[in-house]
Order: sequence, then structure tokens, then C-alpha cells
Amino acid sequence: MVEADESVRRGTVLVARRPSDHVWLILIWLALLTIPFIAPNAYVVSLANMALINLILIASLNLLMGFGGQISLGHAGFFGLGAYASGILNVKLGLSAWLGLPAAALIAGAAALVIGLPALRLRGHYLSMATLGWNAILVVLFNQLVDLTGGPNGLLGVQPFSLFGIRLDTEPRTFPLVWLASLLIMLAILNLLRSRLGRALRAVATNELGADAIGVDSFCTKLLFFVLSAGMAGIAGSLYVHVNQYASPETFGISGSILLIVMVALGGSGTYWGPLLGALIYTAVPQLLLDYEDAELMLFGLGMLVVLIVFPGGLANVPGAFMRRFGLKGRS
Amino acid sequence: MTAKLLQVDNLFCHFDGVIAVADLSFSVRAGEIKAVIGPNGAGKSTLFNMIAGVTRPSAGQIRFDDERIDHLPTFRRARRGIARTFQNLQIFRDMSVLENVMVGRHMRSAAGMTQAILHSSALRAEERAIAAAAMDLLDRFGLASKAQTQAGTLSFGQLKVLELARSLACEPRLLLLDEPAAGLPHAEADRMGEIISSLNRDGMTVLLVEHNMRMVMSLSHDILVLNNGRRIAEGTADEVRRHPEVLAAYLGEAEDA
Repeated sequence: MVEADESVRRGTVLVARRPSDHVWLILIWLALLTIPFIAPNAYVVSLANMALINLILIASLNLLMGFGGQISLGHAGFFGLGAYASGILNVKLGLSAWLGLPAAALIAGAAALVIGLPALRLRGHYLSMATLGWNAILVVLFNQLVDLTGGPNGLLGVQPFSLFGIRLDTEPRTFPLVWLASLLIMLAILNLLRSRLGRALRAVATNELGADAIGVDSFCTKLLFFVLSAGMAGIAGSLYVHVNQYASPETFGISGSILLIVMVALGGSGTYWGPLLGALIYTAVPQLLLDYEDAELMLFGLGMLVVLIVFPGGLANVPGAFMRRFGLKGRS
Repeated sequence: MTAKLLQVDNLFCHFDGVIAVADLSFSVRAGEIKAVIGPNGAGKSTLFNMIAGVTRPSAGQIRFDDERIDHLPTFRRARRGIARTFQNLQIFRDMSVLENVMVGRHMRSAAGMTQAILHSSALRAEERAIAAAAMDLLDRFGLASKAQTQAGTLSFGQLKVLELARSLACEPRLLLLDEPAAGLPHAEADRMGEIISSLNRDGMTVLLVEHNMRMVMSLSHDILVLNNGRRIAEGTADEVRRHPEVLAAYLGEAEDA
């Protein structure tokens, strides 16, 4: 009995030494809370809103791709599906944004389930191809279903979130909502990664044969995280459409999906904090390149090549690499 | 008579007309160590893969605990109680040594998605139990000091032991060991032999494929000899050693070496 107690106590120590990421998460989000107060103008707050929505997108893609080894080329499509679902429910049926948000998550998740059921049964790059096709079809639908989506002109007249009769229609008013949503998503991802499901996901990503042999259902594990990842993108879409009160098809194209993958890699694929850097770059760099809009994608591509050649693990691994370089013990 | 844990009946396997296993029947009794030996190409690996669920048999039946398992995917067989190690190691290299063993507890734990996302107290308690059980296994095999090390950095011998620890985390009733001593230096191979026999003393049923004759002869209660996909002999080490067909097909070659 004494031995059993001892081993449980040690288990406690092993598990308990980890909440430091939780602490960091809370500290960082508390710091972010000051943005509306220190931002020089509403434009900067709107960028912060966009960055946090992008963070949800990049972090959810990183969960699937960085930790699960499954590449989705349709993440912007799930984002768009969430945006249009929530937006159309609001514009056509008058459904509140608060109901549109979970609806967007469910619809994007359900779409992922339908795609994942056949595509994830096969090993290899089938998911990439299926999601690429899926994104292409969605863009056509967003453009062609003019009665529903407004077509190329975009979906107009989307109502913002409102709380106790206050419309969250200015940047400082939407910020707390986006702040909270991104915090909850980041928390959910961290908790998932720290659970048996997260471990199973990483195991399947590194060695499916080995995972199968110890009773992990690879297919269900991949499907679960694909659906979760798409559902989170749907949430980002709903936030996007009600914050901007508008959506248009070009936001959700394949180039968007590719850029999201680039941001996952740039930040550090398979690192928990990488998406934070990815979202920062994804939001800030286009602002810096406003004058060179046509070259944006090319410059992103070049930037990614340079970063990934110099730091193959992405930017989140740079501090660790430096510490190892100078003989200090690095934390991953 | 002891109960038969694994029962193989009239098993066939052919790939594009090449027969790998032909009309093979044998059983593994609960509590024994059974070895499968034979020259290269005898069909040992194919047999192993059919039992583990990696290769589909062309005909025949495999029963575990009196239930047919030959239609089940690998992970379901693992959940029934068949765990395996691999000849060429299938380790989660990017994960820590401890996490590798913790994944082995996956099927012995239950927390679902909602509990995971909410980080519920039930989940935390389960996580502590998983970590403790994994740590106990690492302790038992002398890997406790490496618990937080990335698995990919371990030596080959340590990885073999880690993979064994990971499969034991599943609490299997039948352990399939695919060449546990292959590639190990003498001393480490002997240590592996001691580990296997100590597991067996604690009641574990073991089916192993192995080329190291010293290990096979000293460990096994029962030996199945294959050649060209067929059984040519079955029995104790002494019986097999004297069997004329075995001498001709297998040990004859070995003695020359």
C-alpha cells in the first residue's frame, strides 16, 4: 500500500509540473486585455481583433497539422462556411449571433465529418486532396448562390453580437468577445493536448503502426481532431462575420488555406505557442505590405523559405535553439 | 490441461500466388512461452502479422480466448488483450519516454473529449494514475531516469526495452514479441531474456519469433518450427533439437555457422 501511495504521489508530481503553460496563457491574455486602453486608435484595436480571430484559425489548424500530422488544404473553407452559416442564419432568418456561433461550429464540424469519413480511412495525402477540392467547391458556392450569399458582392447586413441591448459594433466593444473566445479556444487546445486524446493524436501522427498495436483507434482519433479543428474554424468564421458585419468569397479561398498552413509552419508547427507568432505575422505583415498587394503571397512564401531554412522548427523554436546553442537547458 | 489462449486453425496466406503460410494449426496455452523459429522466409513474420492484424489471412481462423479475431483490425485485437513489439521498433520518437508508455495506457483509460477540454477533476485524477502506472513500468525496466527524455534519443537497446514497457502498459494477456533480441549485444540480449522470463513467471503468456537460438532454447516451453510456410515440428527444446527435419532444414545450417 505504501508503495502504491508513493507511485500515485509521483504521478501527481509528474502531471503537476506541467500547468506552467496554463499560467503563461492566463498571463498573456491578461496582458492582451490592455490593448483597447493603450491602442492609439480604433484601427489598431480592429487589427488586434483580426489577429485573435486569425489565432483561432492558425491554432486549430496547428492542432490538426502540427500535432496530428494531417494536412488540411481547406481550413479557410471551414472558416468561410462558419462565416456564411452564421451570417446567413442572421440575415435571412434573423437568428441571433449568439446562436449563430454554435451553429457555425456544428455546421463546419459536420462538414468535416462528411469529408473525413472517407478521406481519413485511407493513409497518405487523401485528406489534403479532399479538402483542397472542398475549398474550391465552397468558393464557387459562395459566389454562385447569390440569393443566399450575396455572391461576389458579399453578404451584407449582418448584425453584430449584442449584449443586454448593447450592440457590439465598435472595435473596443467587440474586443472583449474575441479576446474571450480566443482564450477559451487556446485553453481547450492546451487541455486536449494534455489529455489521453492529445497523446493519442501525437502518437498516431508519429507512428500509426505503433499506435494501432497498443489499441489506439487511429482513424477515430484523426477524425475527432479533424472535426474539432474544423469546428473551431467555424467559430472563427462566426466571430469574423459578426465583427465585420460582412463576408465576401475571396476571404475564404484556397490561397487563404495555403497562407494558414504557411503561418502554422512559420510560427512552429506542432508547438503550442507557435500559432501566436503565426497570427501576429499573418495580421501585421499584410498591413506593412499594403503598397505591394500583388506581391504579398510571394513575399510570404519567400519569408517562409528563409525562416524555415534558418529555423526548421519555426519561430517558436528559436529561443530553445539559442539556449541549446549556448549550452543552457532549453524548454520546449 | 491448461486453457488455450490463442488457437490458430488451418491458416493460409498467399501473396500473388506465393504461399507464405500454408495450412498452419497450433495453439498457445495460457501461461507459456512459445517460440516460432525457422529459416528466413519460413513465414514467421507473416504468421506474426496475421495474429497481430497487420496482414489478412487468405483462409483459416485465429481464435483468442475462444473468440474469432481474424476479422478484427489491429487496435481491436490490442483491446482484447494482444499487445506486440516490433522487430524494427515503432516508437513515438518525438514524444518523451514517459509519454510513450502513457500512450500504452490509452485503452485502459476512459476520459472523453468533453472531460479533456474541461480538464475535469476526474480527468486529472486519471492522468495522475496513468503517469504513475507508466512510471512504475519505467522503474521496473530501469528507464525511470530517462522519463522526460525525448524517446528518439535513446539507444537501440533502451528503445527495445521501452517498446516492451509500452506494450505492457496495455496490460495484455498475450504478448507478441517480434525478435526481441535482434540487434542487441550479448549482455543486453541476456537481460531481455531475463525480463521475458520474469514476465512469464508473473503469469504473462508470450509468443515470440526469435533468431537467437540460445534465447529460444533457454526460455521457451514450447517451440514451433516452420519451413516454407508449413509446420515441420513442434515440441520442447529437446524434442525440436533432435527432430531430423529440423536438423535438416534449420539447425543444420546454424551448426555450420
